[in-house]
Amino acid sequence: MSSRLTRSKPWAVAAVGVTAAITVAACGGGGGGGSSSNTASAPGITATTVSIGSTQPLTGPAAPGYSEIAPASNAYFQYVNAHGGVFGRQIKYTYLDDGYNPTNTASQTRKLVLQDNVYAVFSALGTPTHLGVVDYLNSQNVPDLLVSSGCNCWNNVAQHPYTFGYQPAYTIEGKLLGRYVSQAYPGMKVAYFAQGPGDEFGDDGIAGLNDELASSNVTVVNPPQYYAPTAAGAMGVKAEMATLQGEGVQVVICFSIPAFTATALASAASINYHPVFVVSNVGSDPPTLTGILTGGSLGVALPAALIGGMVSDAYLPLVSDSSNPWITLFKSIKNQYASSLPWDGNVLYGFAQAYTFVQALHAAGQNPSRLDIVHALENSHFTDGPGLTPFGYSSSSHLGYTGVEIVKTGADGTETAIGPLSTTDNSATGTINAYSGAPATPPSNGIPSD
Amino acid sequence: MRSALARRVAFFVGLAALLVIVTYQVDAFTNYNIAGIAIFATAAAGLTVLTGINGQLSLGHGALMAVGAYTTSLLLKQRPDLPLILTLVTAIVTTGAAGAVVGAAAARLRGPYLAGATLALAVAVPQIPIHFANIFGGNQGLSVPPPIPPKALGSNFPNERWLAWIALAAALLTLFLLANLVRSSTGRKLRAVYDNEVAAQLAGMDVARTQVLAFVISAACAGLAGALFAYWVGITAPTGFTLALSLQLLSAIVIGGLGSLFGAVLGAYVVVYIPVFTSTVATNLNLSTDIANNLPLAIYGVVLIVAMLAFPSGIQGGLATAGRWSLQRFPVLRFARQRLTGPESITHATK
Repeated sequence: MSSRLTRSKPWAVAAVGVTAAITVAACGGGGGGGSSSNTASAPGITATTVSIGSTQPLTGPAAPGYSEIAPASNAYFQYVNAHGGVFGRQIKYTYLDDGYNPTNTASQTRKLVLQDNVYAVFSALGTPTHLGVVDYLNSQNVPDLLVSSGCNCWNNVAQHPYTFGYQPAYTIEGKLLGRYVSQAYPGMKVAYFAQGPGDEFGDDGIAGLNDELASSNVTVVNPPQYYAPTAAGAMGVKAEMATLQGEGVQVVICFSIPAFTATALASAASINYHPVFVVSNVGSDPPTLTGILTGGSLGVALPAALIGGMVSDAYLPLVSDSSNPWITLFKSIKNQYASSLPWDGNVLYGFAQAYTFVQALHAAGQNPSRLDIVHALENSHFTDGPGLTPFGYSSSSHLGYTGVEIVKTGADGTETAIGPLSTTDNSATGTINAYSGAPATPPSNGIPSD
Repeated sequence: MRSALARRVAFFVGLAALLVIVTYQVDAFTNYNIAGIAIFATAAAGLTVLTGINGQLSLGHGALMAVGAYTTSLLLKQRPDLPLILTLVTAIVTTGAAGAVVGAAAARLRGPYLAGATLALAVAVPQIPIHFANIFGGNQGLSVPPPIPPKALGSNFPNERWLAWIALAAALLTLFLLANLVRSSTGRKLRAVYDNEVAAQLAGMDVARTQVLAFVISAACAGLAGALFAYWVGITAPTGFTLALSLQLLSAIVIGGLGSLFGAVLGAYVVVYIPVFTSTVATNLNLSTDIANNLPLAIYGVVLIVAMLAFPSGIQGGLATAGRWSLQRFPVLRFARQRLTGPESITHATK
């Protein structure tokens, strides 16, 4: 497969060869930064530009919230470009709308690779959408970096050597939330509220929770209460909350998207049911939840204070923590380059992801091939970035962030860290370890360098 | 009659040869889109027989494509090395059978009730794989390996061109068979039922049976298209078969020209290429994100509205009108056409 591609593009071979020769001659094969000149070292890379692309739900059911991610990343890239780019190259970021429909993802991804000739695909969003193109991207040797989904499926180095996850796999989140629940609420009745059945978000999360809770001192009420992420599914949530109330469940652990977390909070409150809600990171962003609750999209405008007391987890600095240097940095860039975007978890996600990409691009060297950025990721855990824990990247693992800390949301939407920062892997046997690495501070100009 | 058939065979063979040449001239992304057009044309041609010729409205053809796609994907999940032809034929048979069941119910329904029932199909079918996730893969869907070009074509043969060939072969074969069908006695029956059910019944036709037959034929086409669709997209997941897909097929046959197979092909071209075109336009204008995100959809809507207003009988109808007008204005064209195709009118023949 790879030989076919290379043979059909002799200039690419020539370019790589020339690059290698120049790099070796000029800087002794070092990781860039030498005095040699920029070359068109790979498809999508010229002496002055790096083209990358993405497929995102800019319209359609997943657009609210998620449509902010790519513009946020782009704002960071514009900031980097305005300050000289990476090795003098301007980052050109093309993100196309797939409406969260795999059919569109398939054709938009081919447009990025075949027509726009991107160096790498970055931050492609969604499990069913991106799963359809992951074979294609790998068969074309296109780096498929920092996929925006917590599916375990991105970590498959043997079949998909070019694909890297980004956020903690849902199983990792499930294990760490489960560990916290067993320690903080011993002896209590616990139930799951999850997307599914047959949805990797809910299933992977529950698998992680069960790893920790099945033989713990809490009682897990089975079966889980599942919801389908549709309008009809939303109508069933109230009955599910009533069931849990009837069972006397005291802790409800949610692997739900924001609209359904809000529906669950509102439904429970409406029947005077007040358990502790423990919510996966994906469905717990306070500004997003507040917007849904107060905006009237659930039928009536509800008080934002419903999110008060919610327990969740975080792998990035907290959105509301204005004393954190990463938050100050990203917020000021956002105000300058994308002032129309709100400041919420999705925007932070887009910024942090873009930062990691720039780190990787730097690490790949001055004139990188496509494989160079793959190796750069495999050789670093990027602990000097905004993440709270290291990435799990190595030559045998493409897991994204390996851990989270536990946080609690106040009635005013402010999150505070309440639990340990720990790391683990996505296997049932992987141990949970406390992580004590010191948080990094951003470089003074806000751009990673080597 | 025999010479008409021979002419048709010659036409399709010539067209196939021409298209093969085209696939060598264009880039990989265009080949990928050609495959898409061929797939949509296959489904739209089937829908044309049902809706445009037999008069049964279906808002549920996306669901029938899902049946074909899931049949193929499930087969490939068990046996990834299964020959393409076998998965396609199985998808056609399975979906045809599903079409028979739906058709039996549909034959009792008229107008808005038929629309409602097929609409329910479009909404309900994507829920089945979510409910029976252990079989159908749930929301995550089933991955489909790409069809690998045979070694005889050489190791440099691009996947996209091979996919285009497969889809074009399926579309041309479908169009050829349907073109023969609509000119046969069965075709006349299908049309007679559309024109006047009572008259058709008085003439000795079994109306319900004709309607079920139309549904089976149409579903078989949707099944074939669905199977190819699975290979084209690379994954079969419920989010790929929303109501929007059914409506896209319906807009294809209406824009192209209701009741015309050539119109179905034109319509397929429009629905595949407009999104590609609009997203290029939107990315090239530097707009604020909210507008840029929604601009492609807005352009799509405007194009549909303008097409409906400008060509009330579809693009094919518009072309036919333009053709007749120029034949009247320029007698030399009429003469030339008679020399080329014989006295039978082109527009009549393709109708």
